[in-house]
Amino acid sequence: MKQITRRSILAAAPATLALAAIPARAAKNYGPGVTDTEIKIGNTGPYSGPASSYGTIAKSEAAYFRLVNDQGGVNGRKINFISYDDAYSPPKTVEQVRKLVEEDNVLLVMSPLGTPTNSAIWHYMNQKKVPQLFVATGATKWNDPKHYPWTMGWQPNYQGEGHAYAAYILQNKPDGKIALLYQNDDFGKDYLKGVTDGLGDKAKMIVLAAPYETTDPTVDSQIISMKAAGADVFVNTGIPKFAAQAIRKAAEIEWKPLHILASVGNSVGATLKPAGLQNAKDIVSDFYIKDPTDPQWQNDPGYLQWVAFMDKYYPAGDKTDGGNVVGPCFCQTLVQVMKQCGDDLTRENIMKQAANLHHFRVPMLLPSIEINTSPTDFAPIKQIQMARFDGQRWQLFGPVINGQAPA
Amino acid sequence: MEQLLQQVLAGLATGAIYATMALAVVMIYQAIDHLNFAQGEMAMFSTFLAWQIMQWGVPYWGAFAAAVALSFVGGVAIERVLFRPIHNAPILSQLVAFIALFSILNSSAGEIWDFTIKTFPTPFGTRPFLGSSLISTHQAGMIGVTLAMLGLLYLFFRGSRLGLAMRAAAANPESARLVGIRVGWMIALGWGMSAAIGAVAGMLIAPVVFLEPNMMLGVLLYGFAGAVLGGLSSPGGAVFGGFAVGVIENLAGTFIPYIGREMKLTIALVVIVAVLMVRPAGIFGRVVVSRV
Amino acid sequence: MSAPEPNEIALERPAVAGPASAPVAKPEGRFWTGRNIAIGAGVIVALTAPLVAHNFIIFQLTLVMIYGLAILGLNLLTGFNGQFSLGHGAFYGIGAYTAAILMSQNVDYYWTLPCAGALCFVVGFLFGLPALRLQGIYLALATFALATAMPQILKFEPLEPWTGGVQGIPLLKPDPPPGVPLNPDQWLYYFTLAVLLIMLAGAASLVKSRTGRAIMAIRDHPIAAVAMGIDASLYKTLTFGVSALYTGVAGALGAIVIQFVGPDSFPFLLSVSFLVGLVVGGVGSIPGSLVGGVFVLFVPNLAEQVSTGLSGAIYGVILLIVIFVMPSGAAGLVRLAAARLPFARKIRAARSS
Repeated sequence: MKQITRRSILAAAPATLALAAIPARAAKNYGPGVTDTEIKIGNTGPYSGPASSYGTIAKSEAAYFRLVNDQGGVNGRKINFISYDDAYSPPKTVEQVRKLVEEDNVLLVMSPLGTPTNSAIWHYMNQKKVPQLFVATGATKWNDPKHYPWTMGWQPNYQGEGHAYAAYILQNKPDGKIALLYQNDDFGKDYLKGVTDGLGDKAKMIVLAAPYETTDPTVDSQIISMKAAGADVFVNTGIPKFAAQAIRKAAEIEWKPLHILASVGNSVGATLKPAGLQNAKDIVSDFYIKDPTDPQWQNDPGYLQWVAFMDKYYPAGDKTDGGNVVGPCFCQTLVQVMKQCGDDLTRENIMKQAANLHHFRVPMLLPSIEINTSPTDFAPIKQIQMARFDGQRWQLFGPVINGQAPA
Repeated sequence: MEQLLQQVLAGLATGAIYATMALAVVMIYQAIDHLNFAQGEMAMFSTFLAWQIMQWGVPYWGAFAAAVALSFVGGVAIERVLFRPIHNAPILSQLVAFIALFSILNSSAGEIWDFTIKTFPTPFGTRPFLGSSLISTHQAGMIGVTLAMLGLLYLFFRGSRLGLAMRAAAANPESARLVGIRVGWMIALGWGMSAAIGAVAGMLIAPVVFLEPNMMLGVLLYGFAGAVLGGLSSPGGAVFGGFAVGVIENLAGTFIPYIGREMKLTIALVVIVAVLMVRPAGIFGRVVVSRV
Repeated sequence: MSAPEPNEIALERPAVAGPASAPVAKPEGRFWTGRNIAIGAGVIVALTAPLVAHNFIIFQLTLVMIYGLAILGLNLLTGFNGQFSLGHGAFYGIGAYTAAILMSQNVDYYWTLPCAGALCFVVGFLFGLPALRLQGIYLALATFALATAMPQILKFEPLEPWTGGVQGIPLLKPDPPPGVPLNPDQWLYYFTLAVLLIMLAGAASLVKSRTGRAIMAIRDHPIAAVAMGIDASLYKTLTFGVSALYTGVAGALGAIVIQFVGPDSFPFLLSVSFLVGLVVGGVGSIPGSLVGGVFVLFVPNLAEQVSTGLSGAIYGVILLIVIFVMPSGAAGLVRLAAARLPFARKIRAARSS
């Protein structure tokens, strides 16, 4: 929002228009890491270690900020994106974030990745009053402006998605027996909770909730147990590798449940192709981002823009990896926040503007989905839309669902 | 009862993965008396090499042979370049060298080939085996190849001069040198063979678990456990151990109420340690008595 | 001498195990030995560093001390007693969770250290009992099993009310006692330094004592040791307990400094890091443990600066270089240098005459 100075109000009408377009006279208010020509932004991610597949998100962000800088930066300031490796280890995240805040003097930390890693810095960031913006995890707890006013999520939270799946099941197979595959950590358990809570007193529809560890070679045993338990609904919240294994195994043992796939594992290129496209027919999933490997977006302007960006700024990046879509989306949201800040680039104003996003869209979001925040609502994206896979592409159907878990 | 059978079969199928890995582990252990922590990563890297060669248009068996050959050479090279210079270093230092190798291979693979999962073809097809939908032809093929490799190794070690020389070099290097065996090259050969077996293991495992740089982390863990359970001095024991671990883990996960599902891995490891209490050298391991 | 048998591993022979195993009587009145000067200088630097450095550096130095203490624990078991452990990350985690659970019950932070130590001693001792039957690789596997099982146990649902389950437990940073003009980071640094010095002294005196010699005898010549009347079982299990105690106290300190514990904070990789630190510092060398701590904290950062994508590969290369250049760790290098440098030769010649 532009600062409305006394000068612009008192000026005559034509002059008002001209003056209102010039931010230069607005009060310049700089937080740490900001100068007339530069804004320092911090980030941590797993560039090494067992979660290194998610390291590409940060790499795509760095690439996107290069694009932003080439186009002149934000309000004339270039973005200095400082990103460190935390190897998905909470103690390391603490160390790296302290470095960013205390040594590098960044204005804010953007999209740090992972729930345990963000949990480790949660209190520190709020104590130090540094924005922990758009954390790259869907855990439900980030939407708590009352107790943690400096932390904000971005994507629909996992419990909210779980509620949506539960609602879909109750609508389409109210007498079903549900089996659920989940990763044995915070992310997986959040999904489980969402589905269980969403079913309410029909929670005993769940006949088998089978966890897996990321060190498990396969989830074949879990799928076999599910068929043996007589389940006819399958909620598959695995990450791509395990989601694909589950889809393939289910087909192999000729088990055809109502198959609901979580958004984390629904990429055509990263999950369905390895699993076998014909095995994935009729699977239902939820979306808020366009899947870059889905043929239906081939001529979509947002998609083409994204491909052009990848080709020029991150050619080594994998265009079938959804992480490389989500990274630029985080960046675009942050750029919007900074634009709204104008020259008042303090940490307080960053949070204020982050809580002031209305009907904001980024190109790779589904057409029907928007970003909305308010001082009591720190969940930028709450909406999802269901889709069914027809063997080739995801066909969106139904209304836009509010994927927010009730507080 | 039917579920029991299904889980046992599934356990054998997963166990085949562990067994092939365990075989490679024991192979190198026989040659150099150390556990190679980087075994899984070497196998993964070899599989990626095969995949890359196939991307360049070479058909499956050509790529398979090339990967095995390259891995053999690679294993020998690693031994000559990295481990020979430090073979007199304390054992823990050598262990750290393995860890370093692990880190290098894992990181390089991720950088070169990315982390998105890739499919890897299988020569056996994935149709149900003998009509049963529980074991696919690939998994049956995997078990078959593992047993075949085991048989070949047995013949090699027991029935060939070179195999005898290798065993001598591992058992008693000084005496082996005295009878003219080039102990250094025997060790290098052991590395090469182990790398080749690892490559085969990787190429059998990848179709099941999907090819990606971290695919061997869990497998190596279970492979070690299986090898130790079966006895590190016995290749047959290691294979048995691999299968056993797969079955134990599946049965624990399915049938132990309440805690089984979440603590599958822990239970499997506890069982192994319990077995080691009773038979400290593994089930089929030879207990070596040393005279003082 | 035959190659090591499958079910035992040969660790270093006494010649390479460090001064502790072959104590040289100090000549009368020689207080200003090279060693004492080095120690004195180190202590002075350690005491003054926090007064001039940034909070972040103080934080890193505190972590270095904590990892060094953890590695010292491992050193007592593996370096001095010859029992191979791939599972010390588990003891570190137990210590950390003890501190976290106690602090969330409003116990003061300094009481958590003895509690963590005591609990870990018991756990280590109990683990040491069945470990008596296992040698070398098999013991390694058992400890490896412990380390791998730890995250699963921590996530285990029935334990969630205490452990916080997958969400972990956040901790509050303790304030300095009233009247002390230090900020919390500096205070924690001095607190950790004090604990470290006490435990270093404890370890040094243990190693020089009769018990220490018994422990090392068990490492070097187990059968001869038993023949001489040393109760190997007792000493081995006690060493396991003490080793776990040290690493557990380090874990508790770690929890307080990081202000968070969670199951993902203690993966198997942590045990591997301790092992790497042990080797780089020098197996069987008490000061080497601190060098190990420095390595474990700073070298991954260094590798990252060279290349974020290939940081693991760079780290591996650095490790290999270290192993090639100093196969017996930093302590081994110092020993070699001390043996070769001319003035050291003169001193030894003077001593032996």
